[in-house]
Order: sequence, then structure tokens, then C-alpha cells
Amino acid sequence: MKINFKITLVLITVSFILFVFFLSLGQKSQYDTRDLIGKKIDNFNLKTLEGEKNITEVDLMDNEYTLINFWASWCSPCRAEHKYLIKIKNNLGLKILGVNFKDKNKNAIDFLNELGNPYSYIVKDNSGKHSIKFGVYGIPESILINKDLIVVKKFIGPIKKEDLELISKILKNL
Amino acid sequence: MRLIYTFLIFFSFLFFNLFAKDISTKEAEIFKNIRCLICQGQSIADSNSEFSQTLKLVVKDQIKEGKSKEEIYDFLIEKYGEWIVYKPTFSKNFILWLLPYIFLLLGGIVLFLLIKKRENTKTN
Amino acid sequence: MLSNTGNTLIFINIILTLSIIYFSFQFLNKEKRNFGVKKFVELSLYQTTLSLIIFFTLILGFVFSDFSIENVYRNSHTLKPLFYKITGTWGNHEGSLLLWINVLVFFSYLFLLFNKKSNHIFLIYTLLIQNFLILGFLLFLFVNSNPFSLVVPKPLEGLGLNPILQDPALAIHPPLLYVGFVGSSIYFSAAVASLISGLTGSEFAKKIKLWVLISWCFQTLGITLGSIWAYYELGWGGFWFWDPVENSSLMPWFVMTALLHSVMVLEKRNMLYSWVIILCLMTFTLSVTGTFLVRSGILNSVHTFANDPSRGLYILVFLSVMIFFAITIFIKKNKKDHYIFSGYSKETFILANNWFMAFFLFTILVGTVYPIFTEVLTQTKVSVGPPFYNITIIPIVIPFLLLMAIAPNISWIKDRTNNLKKISFLIILSILINSIIFHFFKSMSLISNLIIISSLFLIFYTLSDFFSSYKKKIYLVPSRIVSHLGFGLLIFFIGLNHNFSIEKDFNIKVGEKKSVENFLINFESLNLIEKENYKAIVGTFRVDNKKNLNSNTLSPEIRIYSQPETLTYEASIRTRLSHDLYLTMSNINRTELYNIKFQKKPFMMMIWLSAILISIGGFLRIFKK
Repeated sequence: MKINFKITLVLITVSFILFVFFLSLGQKSQYDTRDLIGKKIDNFNLKTLEGEKNITEVDLMDNEYTLINFWASWCSPCRAEHKYLIKIKNNLGLKILGVNFKDKNKNAIDFLNELGNPYSYIVKDNSGKHSIKFGVYGIPESILINKDLIVVKKFIGPIKKEDLELISKILKNL
Repeated sequence: MRLIYTFLIFFSFLFFNLFAKDISTKEAEIFKNIRCLICQGQSIADSNSEFSQTLKLVVKDQIKEGKSKEEIYDFLIEKYGEWIVYKPTFSKNFILWLLPYIFLLLGGIVLFLLIKKRENTKTN
Repeated sequence: MLSNTGNTLIFINIILTLSIIYFSFQFLNKEKRNFGVKKFVELSLYQTTLSLIIFFTLILGFVFSDFSIENVYRNSHTLKPLFYKITGTWGNHEGSLLLWINVLVFFSYLFLLFNKKSNHIFLIYTLLIQNFLILGFLLFLFVNSNPFSLVVPKPLEGLGLNPILQDPALAIHPPLLYVGFVGSSIYFSAAVASLISGLTGSEFAKKIKLWVLISWCFQTLGITLGSIWAYYELGWGGFWFWDPVENSSLMPWFVMTALLHSVMVLEKRNMLYSWVIILCLMTFTLSVTGTFLVRSGILNSVHTFANDPSRGLYILVFLSVMIFFAITIFIKKNKKDHYIFSGYSKETFILANNWFMAFFLFTILVGTVYPIFTEVLTQTKVSVGPPFYNITIIPIVIPFLLLMAIAPNISWIKDRTNNLKKISFLIILSILINSIIFHFFKSMSLISNLIIISSLFLIFYTLSDFFSSYKKKIYLVPSRIVSHLGFGLLIFFIGLNHNFSIEKDFNIKVGEKKSVENFLINFESLNLIEKENYKAIVGTFRVDNKKNLNSNTLSPEIRIYSQPETLTYEASIRTRLSHDLYLTMSNINRTELYNIKFQKKPFMMMIWLSAILISIGGFLRIFKK
């Protein structure tokens, strides 16, 4: 009787472990922070690209939704997503805060002159330190927040066509 | 007598050591515990990536502000999830931390019983 | 051409393996037995030769850059040096699987050859089980991971080999590891055969002893070389990262070590049979589990192979079949054995060794698979890294070292000698030396002190064993002394290395100087060089030692490899017997500034030598036979 109990225990443990291994095969192996939504963003105070004034979280509280987009002129995926950002601005009327990440002013302005400016506000983060407070780990990355400054959605990597539809759905749901 | 003497030395030594200060710097320790998210299995101390360099700056700033290790980890976990620290937090992962010792204890008990049982059978 | 040849040969090999299985069944059925063991030796020889030819066919594909073979196309390039073309053969999943099969087949053949004259039923059962394993992996190779798949049309150029794999240490360490943990398959098979055929006890111990020893030696050496590779090539200044891949090679090692010791008990005292069987079954099971973890890509690691869930699924199915089969046989056939233990005897101490080994193994296993469980069960990703292993394992190493010193001197059955004098003297000596280190050089944490004391104790105790046996002219088996001494030295030097390393991170421009402790680092110049397969920015640093006025030139590189385009940071390392100087550089945001990581790492060389000493002990015993 005692032996049977031991054997059953071993068999159950082994089966459980193997089953978990089996389930794990279906998991995505790359980590990203997409799931970390529902948190409020930290307060911030950043200079605009021209350096005339500062933008803080209070400026975003008037908008129903705001998209915060992290970009740089040296980042080629940023170039790829740019046309979608312009569409978001024109078609969806969503205000975008562009955070210029570790970039030179001149290059950033050239970049916008060439490809158009989708941003309602542009601030700069020369050291990259401020972006850490937003939980950014590589650009491009975009964060959709509501007027309570709660993160609704995170986009890791360039914004794609599907993301555009997703954003418009979120906007219409309100 | 020798044995007692030895243990006296040993414990006086231990006592003396409790006052030794920990020489590993806080900064290096924190760097080694933070995972570089865009690398494969590297801590930010080991990595040269853009992300690691920025993160190092942020950690340095926060140490200057006088934040404790735990506060810095909590800040990063809130932003990036538990994946970012190499040392899993005890409160959420106590099973992980306790399991090895439970196993050690169980093994010890089994070993003890085994020896005891055999000794009994022998004396009987 | 080569592709067709390879595929045909694999197919023939599958048929051959099937025929060995078929004949084994015939042989075991007494009525149909009309041939001797000789037939199996012959068949196994064909199998071994064929496997080797398949492997050489693939190597030929790499040497002649036959890009019509997908595997060559993906992992080689015409401009690669010949040496790396060859080593590229096992630097990828398919090729390494082929190597894996070769080891399975070789061990099968050698075991047969060595035990030709022993109990035939046991022998053929072992062969049968082993050939089921071979069959499983051959099918895996043929169906899912075929190294000879074709690419149509034939590409003109290959994609190239990952630059961090272009290293001599990497070229040899996987084969060594495979001999280690794939070699353990033979005592998995033998254990099952022993349960079925009833060849048990010390007779069984004598059959597997040599194979446990061989696999253990190679595993030890393989782990060491892997660690050396990580130190020189990954360029982070560490040599052990508690990475899932490293853990997968360490887990079988712990079981092997436990087995190595328990087999002695089984041989000398005819006890612990069931436990030895369990360990035999576990070693190969853990090897396959490790392979599953590594090859399925479910764990994030430095060494990940190309991920493919279908591979994971195949290995998992194979693993499950293996485990349940082994458990079933064990439950059905295992007889309860009786033994008498005395509290103070060698047997008891060997059991204590096994207890520690089980703890180390369990901790590493839990740490490695824990993230998988949290992800599947709670959808959160957790990292379990070096701090976890250091905190849980290191304190337990201390009593382990003490045990390791005292245990070998205890006699079998029941010990009556009293070593208290010697023990107290050596403990005092160790504490004394530790205090000297502590006072004159640097303070350390409590755990570090204890680690150094206990490792010194092990070193002295082992040495004194050696000398006293020399005096009494009873020459002890040197292998135990050498291995235990090696382990003591290893922990001792790791302890010192950990506490006396200097590490400094700073930003600097060309022409500037920076003072770090008693070193002055001059950033002298920056040059661009172009090599066959990469371009590199080379920095020249002169590192002056202010104390003894020694000066070293270090030249770290930032390399841009062309095929495939990758950026790597090459550390510059100056190795001395007493310490290594270690320097890496990286550019900061395309500016003039360079981030420099400078390290002085004491006794790196001694760490490698100690680890190699451990395996030398094992080899000594093999050759003594």
C-alpha cells in the first residue's frame, strides 16, 4: 500500500512536469513588456525639441487618448512606421507625443522635414534616461494612454497596419 | 579538550567576522542583478548595448538619490516586469526559494532514518 | 550528390539498427537462437562504421562548401577558414545530433566488445535498449532534423557561421560533452537490462563502473572547456553564468558524480542496488531533458540553437516514452534489497555525498525549470539567475567540502579510528591562513571566509592523506586524491577570484589616461583593420602596474563580421599564472567616447587547471585498469 502511494506520487509528478513542458512549447519565447498595461505613467517634465517650453503629463490629461511614440532619426524601423503615425494623426485625430530618443536636434528636424510631422508635441530625451521611466527598452516603441494617464496598450517595435485598426477600435469604444 | 579549543577559536573568528564590511559595491551588485532585455542571457553589467548603458545611468542616478536596492528593483519591476531581475523576489516566488531547502531537509531525514533503522536491525 | 549519399546512408543505418533489434529479440527467445554474440559484434561494427561515414559525408559537405545542402548553406561560407568549416559541422542542431548518434553507436559497440564474454542475456538486453535509443534518434534525424536536406536552387554563397562559434574551445567542447552525457546512455540501457535479466549487485557494478568513469571524465572536461570558451569568447569577464545551457550540462554531472561514488558501495558491499539503478536511469534522462530545454528554445539562453517547437515536441515525446518505460520496468522488476548500515562508515559518508549531490542537482533543476512553470501556470515571466544559485548553493558547499575531506579515510562497514587530532590541527591551520589573507590583503564576507577555510581544509587533508600513505608505503589510489585536491583547489581559487577581482567601468577618449587602483590605463590609439571575414576597430591600451612597474599592452576589438553581418566585442585578455588582465571597449552613441570595462581577475589560470585536475583524477583511474 505504501509502495503504491509512492509510485502514484512519482507518476503524477513526472506527468505533471512533462505536461507543463508540453504546454510551454506553445509559448512565445521572446519577452516583451506588452502585457504590463493598466499602470499609470510616471510624472515627467521634458523640454520640447526647440527647447522653448516644457511638456508635462498635465498637458496630456485634456486628451481622451494620447499616443506616446519613442523615435530617433538613426533608427530605421522608425522610418518604416512613420507613414502610419501620419495616418493616425490625419485619419484618427489622435494626438501623438513624440519622444526623440538619444538624437541630435538637427538630424531629428531633417527627418521630420523629409517624412512629415505626425506629432502634436515633440520632446527630447538626449540621455535616454527619461524613456526608462516609461518602460521603454528599444525603439521604436509606442504607448497608448487615456486621460487618466493609464497605459491602455503598448506597441513594441514599429507600428503596423493592424495596429492602426486596433487603435481605431479602442478609440471608437469610448 | 582540543576540540573545545578549536571551536573556541572558530567561533571567536566568526564573531570577529560579523563586523567585516561587505566590500562588493552596491552599484556593481545591482548591475549584475538586472537583465539586459534586448540581449540573450546577459546582465546589464556584462552588456554593451544601448539599453544597458542607459539603464546603468538611471541606476547610478537613483543610487545618488539615496534609493535602496529594493526600491530600485521595485521601480524596474513595475516598468519592465519580473523578468528584469535575476534574483526573483522572495514574496512572489517563495516556493522557488524554499523548495531546495525543503528537499535538503527531506533528504537529511531519509538519510538519518536509513542509518538509524539499519543500526537498530543490527543491534536486534 | 552528397545529400543523396547522406540520406541513403542514414536510411541504411535505420535498417541496420532495426535488424539489430530484430536479432536481439531472436537471440533472447531461446527457441529461435541459432547464432552467437559474434553476430552482434559484427552488426554493431557495421553500424559504427556507417555512422562515422555519415558524419564524414557531412564534414565533406562543409569542407567543399556544398551549398545545395541546407545545413551547409545556413552554417558555412566559402571564405571561412578550413578549421571553422569543419567545426561548423557540429556547431548547429542537425550536425550535433549526428555527432550525438555517433556517440550512442560507439558506446554501444564498445560495451559489446568489452563484455563479449559475460552474461549474454544481460549483454543483449543492454544492446537492445541501446538500439531503441539509437533508433529514436536516427528517426528524429531523418524525419525532423535532416542534416542533408536540399535547397533548390543551389545558393551561390552560404550564410556564414555565427562569429562567437568561431573559436577553438567551442570546436572541441561539444564533442567532449556529448561523450559525457550521451555516453551515459549505455548505463541507462545496462540498468534496464539488469532489471530485466536479473544480473544485479556487485556484478552489475563491475559492468558499468568503467563507463560511468569515462562519461564522468569527459563531462568534467567538457564543462571546463565550455566555461573557458565562455570566458574568452562571450567577453563579459565571467566564466560561469548559471545559464540554462550550462545548467543542462551540470545536472547530469551531479548524478554521474553521485553514481561514481555509489557504484563503489555496490561493488564492495553489494548494497544500494536500487539506488544505483535509479541514478543510472536518471543520468541519461536528465541529459535528454537538458537537450529538450536547450533545443526546443523554450528557455532564453546565451547559447540558443535555432528555435523550432516541432523539435521540442519530438524530444519531449521521446523523453516521456523513455521515462515511463524506465519507471514501469523499475516497478515491475525491482526487488527490495536489504542492507546494514553503520552510522560511522564509508557507506554512510558516500550516502551523504549523494545527499549533497541530490541537493545541488535539485536546486539547479528547480531554478532552471521554474520560469517555465510560472509562465505556463501564471503567465508571468521570471528570470532565475546567478544570485539565486549563489545564495542557495554556496552555503551548502561549506559542509560538503568538510565532508569531502574526511569521508575518504573512513573505512568500510564500521570505522573505529579517531582522527580528531588531525582534523583540529588542519582546521586551525586553515583558519590561520584564511586570517592572514583576511588581514593582510582584504576583508571578505562571512560566507567567503568559510568557503576559503573549508576549501583549505580539504586541500590540506587530502595532501596529508597522500603523504601519510606515502610514509606507510601503502600507495593510495592517486585518482581520488587528485580529484578531491582538484575540487578543493577549484573552490579555493574561485573564492579568491571572487573576492580579489577588480572591476571598473568608465568612459574615456583616445589619448586619455585613467587610474584604477594600482593600475594606470593609457588609451594610446585606435586603428581600423580589415581581415578575411571581418573588419575591426582595434584600440591599443597600455596598462601600467604602478607597484612593480610592469606594463602590458591590451588591444580589444569591436568587430563587424560580414557573413552574417554581426557586431561583436572582442575582449583583450592577458593571462598570467597569478592573474588575468581583461579589457573590453565599446563605442558610446557614435561619439569619441569609449566605454571601457577593465578587470583584474586573479587566478583564472589556476581555476582552469584545478578543474582539469579533477578530470585527470578520473582518467588516472581509467588507465590504471
